[in-house]
Amino acid sequence: MKLTGAQIVWEVLKREGVEVVFGYPGGANLPIYDAMLDYPIHHVLVRHEQGAAHMADAYARVSGKVGVAMATSGPGATNLTTGIATAMMDSSPTVFITGQVVSRFIGFDAFQETDVTGITLPITKHNYLVRRTEEIGAVLREAFYIARSGRPGPVLVDIAKDAQQNSTDWEYDLTPLKLRGYRPQRYPLCQQVEQALELIAQARKPLILAGQGVLLSNAMRELQEFAERAQIPIAMTLLGIGGFPASHPLNLGMMGMHGEAWVNQSIQEADLLLAFGMRFDDRVTGNLKTYAPHARKIHIDIDPAEINKNVRVDVGIVGDLRETLQTMLEHLPRLDHSDWLEHINDMKGESAVRDIQYLPPDGHLYAAHVIHDLWRFTGGDAIITTDVGQHQMWAAQYYRVDKPFQWITSGGLGTMGFGLPAAIGAKFARPDAEVWAIVGDGGFQMTAAELSTAAQEGIKVNVAVINNGFLGMVRQWQEFFYERRYAATPMRSPDFVKLAEAHGLTGFRVERREDVQSALEAARSTDGTVVIDFRVEQEDSVYPMVPAGADLHNMIRRPLRAAIVETAQDEL
Amino acid sequence: MAHTLVVLVEDKPGVLNRVASLFRRRAFNIESLTVGHTEQAGLSRMTIVVEGDDFAIERLIAYLYKLVNVVQVDDLTHTQSVMRDLALIKVQAPPESRTQIMQVVDVFRGRVVDVTNQSLIIELTGDVEKIDGFVEVLRPFGIIEMVRTGVVAMERGSSPLYVPLNGNGQAHLHPESISEN
Repeated sequence: MKLTGAQIVWEVLKREGVEVVFGYPGGANLPIYDAMLDYPIHHVLVRHEQGAAHMADAYARVSGKVGVAMATSGPGATNLTTGIATAMMDSSPTVFITGQVVSRFIGFDAFQETDVTGITLPITKHNYLVRRTEEIGAVLREAFYIARSGRPGPVLVDIAKDAQQNSTDWEYDLTPLKLRGYRPQRYPLCQQVEQALELIAQARKPLILAGQGVLLSNAMRELQEFAERAQIPIAMTLLGIGGFPASHPLNLGMMGMHGEAWVNQSIQEADLLLAFGMRFDDRVTGNLKTYAPHARKIHIDIDPAEINKNVRVDVGIVGDLRETLQTMLEHLPRLDHSDWLEHINDMKGESAVRDIQYLPPDGHLYAAHVIHDLWRFTGGDAIITTDVGQHQMWAAQYYRVDKPFQWITSGGLGTMGFGLPAAIGAKFARPDAEVWAIVGDGGFQMTAAELSTAAQEGIKVNVAVINNGFLGMVRQWQEFFYERRYAATPMRSPDFVKLAEAHGLTGFRVERREDVQSALEAARSTDGTVVIDFRVEQEDSVYPMVPAGADLHNMIRRPLRAAIVETAQDEL
Repeated sequence: MAHTLVVLVEDKPGVLNRVASLFRRRAFNIESLTVGHTEQAGLSRMTIVVEGDDFAIERLIAYLYKLVNVVQVDDLTHTQSVMRDLALIKVQAPPESRTQIMQVVDVFRGRVVDVTNQSLIIELTGDVEKIDGFVEVLRPFGIIEMVRTGVVAMERGSSPLYVPLNGNGQAHLHPESISEN
């Protein structure tokens, strides 16, 4: 079949099951956009390429399929890079297709030429520069395979404009891919599984650390069975949230810098850590020298380079988490750790008195209130995307996620501006779902132009702006570590209600807790995207906090105020 | 200590850049790097000498395996291996010192590959220490120019370094060698 390179692009996307592509046209990818009109794939025109990258990323995280974003050469491609790096750090299966200048001009500093494969080398799992039409099909097929297999990640394919325009005889190749240097190991080695089971049998205070690998390998059921049978409690990483129900009695909550106090304390007291698809990020471990000093460690990860990277482990198992847990479950006996679980429960009780939910009302609206009420209102069923900062941590603490693939946040890179485009991407992955972007006033303004994308697409996402008039997390660090010298953190914002209205959308403002519920109801019953401007307490901080590099057990706690524990009948 | 790694990579554009970029990004210093063809079509072989303790090198090997174009990595440091460096040295050789230089070249089993009235180019192959020693001996005569290839290495014995995939699609060595300490 004689096809142009541009047509081959869409042929491969069709075969890969792509239904929606996020992007922005320009000079160097015009042939691809022209060919697009003949294919039944929906294109979402974004307002900035960063938005397209985040949308593709979130689409992938919600749907489990590969997310696709497109941009033109030069500035189009460089605008993608923040989103590509975000997808890289969070192992999100994505394919980025960029136009490149005509092949004979490559290297001559042509108009809108940038060395895109050079720029994206360290922020992609792999990338390609395609100069010839004949290579496009095979390269794109490889790109999808590499993006979704092993430890998933972004793959970028940069295609010269003439390669898009020229024609070639092309048939879809059905033979298995042969990549000599790329062979992810799915199946664990028996010997290491045996060693792990031995350590589990000896442990008195074991603790599972569940990361995003649970979600990426679809190991939710296996994890639950494992935890229940061995009676081992689970601590979650930020990206692991949703891999194990928050309401499950064995789920302790989030670990790390803003993790629950009892979780971090448990890690420090544990005699065995079972790290499942997580990578001991510095935000999770604090000071490595004093991290989990009594614990032996078992680490399961599909990426061999993660084993022994940050934390030296006793047993490192390379393999797909689901396959590995299935193998372990064949031999895992029923165990009892009731003393250990009881001890953790006691620590939990001590922490509850400091929870802002249990403080007497002081007339102020706190972010925790808003997020808690949103959780109650949506029954925990909404897809939540967040931006980065205080609101993100509060959302992780107070929106209790029971189901997988509905908690979408930028963890590794901590990308402000992620929340709104991620919500749009999530909505395309699950059009039936209620989607809420919880964002701060700072991050929202980085990509607020994507409201226009939502309006043009006629989709409904809900944006809860946790508006405290500060770059809150940076302000908090200034309060704790820089003597309250608020350098460049007070932020004046536009009227978010009018901003929504300017886009033909709906906006509300909420300043008192008693108005939260009715605003949420109004948002739900409004057609189209809604922005709610929640004016919250300006100088509230996220607690507990392990200062960067400090010992995990040395947390800054919320100051004790007149707590009214007796009346704390809330299920929190 | 210095480690000698042999890295088999797919012979594709940009692979050298990927490997070099990885060393930079992960903060490893390359002491020497050579690239050339192998007996396998489509595979190039890099010999890289890099400073680091065993733990750091273990990390480095794991990172190298993350590159899609890297097929196999072996650390030959603690093996019985032949390691060779090649040097071309242009040295001042006026008639009065020429005989003396030729004697030194003989002792080191070098070869004279270019002669002018005032200079010689000497080719010498050997391990790094031998070439270092030769250079020191020549230095007083006046070295005009020198180039060294960097080390290439090969394990002794009859077995090949590169073992293609076995029937299960499992790679030789790869993940086991990394996760075991």
